Amino acid sequence: MSEAISVLNGATFDGFVSIKEAGLRGMISVRGDFAAASFTKAVSALTGADFPAVNEAKFAGDYAILWMSPDELLILCAYENAQADADKLAADLAGEHALVANVSDARALFAMSGELLREALMKLTPANVSEDAFKPGQVRRTRLAQAAAAVWMLEDGSVEIMCFRSVGDYMFKLLCNAANPGAELGL
Amino acid sequence: MLILECPYCGVAADETELSPGGEAHLVRQGPGSSDQELESYLFGRKNPKGVHFERWRHSYGCGKWFHAARCTMTLEVFATYSAQTPVPPKNVINAIKAKRPDWEGWT
Ligand SMILES: [Zn+2]
Repeated sequence: MSEAISVLNGATFDGFVSIKEAGLRGMISVRGDFAAASFTKAVSALTGADFPAVNEAKFAGDYAILWMSPDELLILCAYENAQADADKLAADLAGEHALVANVSDARALFAMSGELLREALMKLTPANVSEDAFKPGQVRRTRLAQAAAAVWMLEDGSVEIMCFRSVGDYMFKLLCNAANPGAELGL
Repeated sequence: MLILECPYCGVAADETELSPGGEAHLVRQGPGSSDQELESYLFGRKNPKGVHFERWRHSYGCGKWFHAARCTMTLEVFATYSAQTPVPPKNVINAIKAKRPDWEGWT
């Protein structure tokens, strides 16, 4: 097996918020019937996390379950375990109307932290990222400039941003530009 | 700027997060229809100044298609509702009538 490298190999930027290409992360795309207990139980059993409500993210150690749409979840896990976890979940869901795919290598992940991160985000997205509308444990799928992205807030108030790996370089440049020192909005 | 609330994820989505799908509730005309019916199905659109029913897709979000009833003149949004309906639901019709008493109604 060749050595896997994330899209920007851990590039970082220190602006008025800190940006970091977050390296390799296991990502498993799951579709299924959220109303079926067998489906929700299998997902929670794999991750140890509660099943998320609409637009929620639930975290448990290395794992997270992100609500992506009424019939789609994204499971985050350790990169090394992604294929084994996907295989295990697919086996657990055998016979169900469900689909499991390891998409780890098709995605890029960025971490953004700093007190003013909402100011950097609001330059790039039409989504409401104010404190009232976007809180820890929430996921917002939107666009950052011209690229589709999912943004979620961790318990510590930092955010992670996921996009297609093919636009990883574009995304990093967008985030760095939005976080340029001196380019604070001063709200 | 137009903001529509996606009925599937509840997100107040900006127009730029959505893809337009044109007029809603078209009835498909296929084999067996007259030339005029097919032509009207393909090309004939209402284009009203006022109440209009449209299809939209939350393409930068949850990805689901949904319906919206809005005013093309004021951009007022009366309702957004499920894609799984061939006609506007009663509560949507009522919401429009409450705000546009003179509206000629949906056909
Ligand atoms: Zn939606």
